[in-house]
Amino acid sequence: MPKADEDERNRQIVDRAYKRHQRSNPIRGALIPILQDVQSEVGYLPETALKRVSDLLKLPPSHVYGVATFYHQFRLRPKGRHMITVCRGTACHVSGSVDVYSSITRLLRIPPREDTSQDGLFTVNQVRCLGACGLAPIVKVDDSVYGKVTLPRIRQILLKHTKQTREPNQ
Amino acid sequence: MSLMEKCCEKCTHSSNSPCADYIPCRTKGPLCHFNEQCESKIQRVIDQTIYGDEELRINVGMSTCGLASGAQAVYDALRAELSKRVLKTKLVKTGCIGSCYAEVMVEVIKRGFPPALYSNVTSGTVGDMLDRYLGGDASGAFALRYRTSKMRGEDGVPLLDDLDFFKHQQRDAIKNCGIIDPESLEECIIHGGYAALTRALRDMTPEEVIQEVSNSGLRGRGGAGFPTGLKWKICRDVSGDPKYVICNADEGDPGAFMNRLTVEGDPHRVLEGFIIAGYAIGAKDGYIFVRAEKPLMAERLDTAVKQAQRFGLLGKNILGSDFSFDVKLMLSAGAFICGEETALIASIEGRRAMPRPRPPFPATQGLWNKPTTINNVETLAHIPTIVNIGAQEYSKMGAEKSKGTKVYCLAGKVLRTGAVEVPLGTTIGRLVFDIGGGVPASRRFKAIQIGGPSGGCLSEAHLNLPLDYESLRESGAIMGSGGIVILDEDTCIVDLARYFLTFTTAESCGECTPCRIGLQRMLDILTSITEGKGEPEDISKLQQIAEAVADSSLCGLGQTAPNPVLTTLRYFKGEYETHIREKKCPAHVCKPLVRRYQVTPDLCVGCGSCVEECPAKAISLTLAGAAREDVKAKKAVIDDRICARCGRCFTVCPTRAIEEVW
Repeated sequence: MPKADEDERNRQIVDRAYKRHQRSNPIRGALIPILQDVQSEVGYLPETALKRVSDLLKLPPSHVYGVATFYHQFRLRPKGRHMITVCRGTACHVSGSVDVYSSITRLLRIPPREDTSQDGLFTVNQVRCLGACGLAPIVKVDDSVYGKVTLPRIRQILLKHTKQTREPNQ
Repeated sequence: MSLMEKCCEKCTHSSNSPCADYIPCRTKGPLCHFNEQCESKIQRVIDQTIYGDEELRINVGMSTCGLASGAQAVYDALRAELSKRVLKTKLVKTGCIGSCYAEVMVEVIKRGFPPALYSNVTSGTVGDMLDRYLGGDASGAFALRYRTSKMRGEDGVPLLDDLDFFKHQQRDAIKNCGIIDPESLEECIIHGGYAALTRALRDMTPEEVIQEVSNSGLRGRGGAGFPTGLKWKICRDVSGDPKYVICNADEGDPGAFMNRLTVEGDPHRVLEGFIIAGYAIGAKDGYIFVRAEKPLMAERLDTAVKQAQRFGLLGKNILGSDFSFDVKLMLSAGAFICGEETALIASIEGRRAMPRPRPPFPATQGLWNKPTTINNVETLAHIPTIVNIGAQEYSKMGAEKSKGTKVYCLAGKVLRTGAVEVPLGTTIGRLVFDIGGGVPASRRFKAIQIGGPSGGCLSEAHLNLPLDYESLRESGAIMGSGGIVILDEDTCIVDLARYFLTFTTAESCGECTPCRIGLQRMLDILTSITEGKGEPEDISKLQQIAEAVADSSLCGLGQTAPNPVLTTLRYFKGEYETHIREKKCPAHVCKPLVRRYQVTPDLCVGCGSCVEECPAKAISLTLAGAAREDVKAKKAVIDDRICARCGRCFTVCPTRAIEEVW
């Protein structure tokens, strides 16, 4: 999609989100819900969208950017087709989630300091705690949750999801 | 007819003219007129809500932990199996009864038969399970709720309340979890839901509700243990309009999932407590602040709020009283510091979650500068019980200064993981060994970590310590939300302290200097110790910074973040010294301390797991002198020049043939 079209689409998404929350009183309380709505549609928060939010809510761009970078949920870069979430809670940590995370980034050949594989299929994300500590270590791929993950099982899990992408009817 | 509808034209209840007796009328009714037909109609509907048409009900535990163990596949298999047998069964997705170690849990209940729970169910075993149970054979079940002596093999199956995991428990906040359908308001009411709300609105003034909660001795279950009744009283007495109540469901402590379990299994209980809190302080609006990382929790709350609105349990003139109250759900964008009340308020106001100095406390100046009360999910889940049974009865449970029960989550290196509810004052030993079954065979118990990143590590010497707010504070740990992670000899204490500091350093909002800089300095020192660069004076330096950060930070995050370091220095100093003086990690966790890895040929079976796992391709399988055709004789060999010392081979080796040389 050309850049101008993309900006126009993002603007519409922001405007729709604003409409849903414009009855919040005071209106600045709607900032986080609007950003959440935009991210769930676009996948991340593009710069043009942040600027539009700042215009609509009459908040300085620095305030909107400050909020967008403060919370874990928000991301400012596009994400892959599938979201892999590795739980880094205490129970997962003592059950080896560091190795699980590094195994995944290695298998997907994700460069250091980045979080998305070069084919754009997977984004790997670490979270504080998914709250299924009894089954540590936990890995989530999109909405599927996997418990008691071992290093050999990671390969199977990734293969399963790669296959589903290539053969969507399976 | 649904249970929520009127029995006949004599019933005057509607959302415009709500009736004060609406809730008790649903189960014991009709109350305003006498009619045998109406009465039997109601009883029939109750029966049908529980068992459906076929007198057979199957509960599948489908909260997040169940789903992670494959509950969806079990549910689908059950549905297919039932339709194959043409059995119109009430198949229900319930929450979790707390026994994570036995997931997937399925409960089969046929009228006249004892309700049987099955553990570790897979899609492959559901057919056999149904065959046996419906054929009158109870053997193979995990536990029975009670016995009827109508089935074969009943005596061989233990009762649920006799199992070690359940027999020491006293369930209140989570008593309906895993039993009722969390998406059904009807089932909630059949199990006593909203009776407390009815009582509070009909028979009690807000002041009386506050008095009752004060007398019960209930203290906030979110961590700090502030008396709930007092919190409400301050907010009620202060002038200001409107007033707000906030339910903190932004559970972010790693190792704790009691809020998730409570909400996923019984959301209406929390909502009921929340409405009572609103009534007590005189609020019109309530916010439920729920974590976006736990989507099922948000979904269940959303459904519960909509149902309550539809049947007049939220909105104008609730149950015929002059109290009006509505609830809005806010999705938390994720920040650990939202556990701090002023930071949580900042987040709802659309700002970065940064705390401000207190006073003024939120009770006087909170959300949008109006009086605000913030209560944790678990605190609210106790309110209906207090109103129902009264303060005197409630305060009989628990310890001297800590009344009632508390939900703890057991995770880590323990045989039976899960969530358990016991009276406050229960000892650590009882939780870890009697209920949790201790650490798995062949490993040794080392420590427990309680209270998340703000909590502390306690050693074997504390097994007789009663878990209440005061005793824990004396030991240097805190109750926190009650997450307990059990550690065995494979856990390195220094690495664990470093893990928590990594967490709190990243979560520090950066507002005050002690927390922003002090935590980073502590993390640097801990990292250097785990990398073998520790100096003897590091221990006293750590102690000094930790005390300064705890003393001078602005909010609870900074004040408690040094706890993991302070408690491990107090109880596990030896392990720090081994790292610093001998450059050894007794738990084999700190990889940079390892000089090299080598293979013990006698133990190696040549499976090649390490070859596959090695990221540096430093391991190869060689014949090492054996006959060429004898493939089984291949052994792994590590090329030390390429080895990056990541230790993966050590972790994956099934025969422990790889050895660390210090």
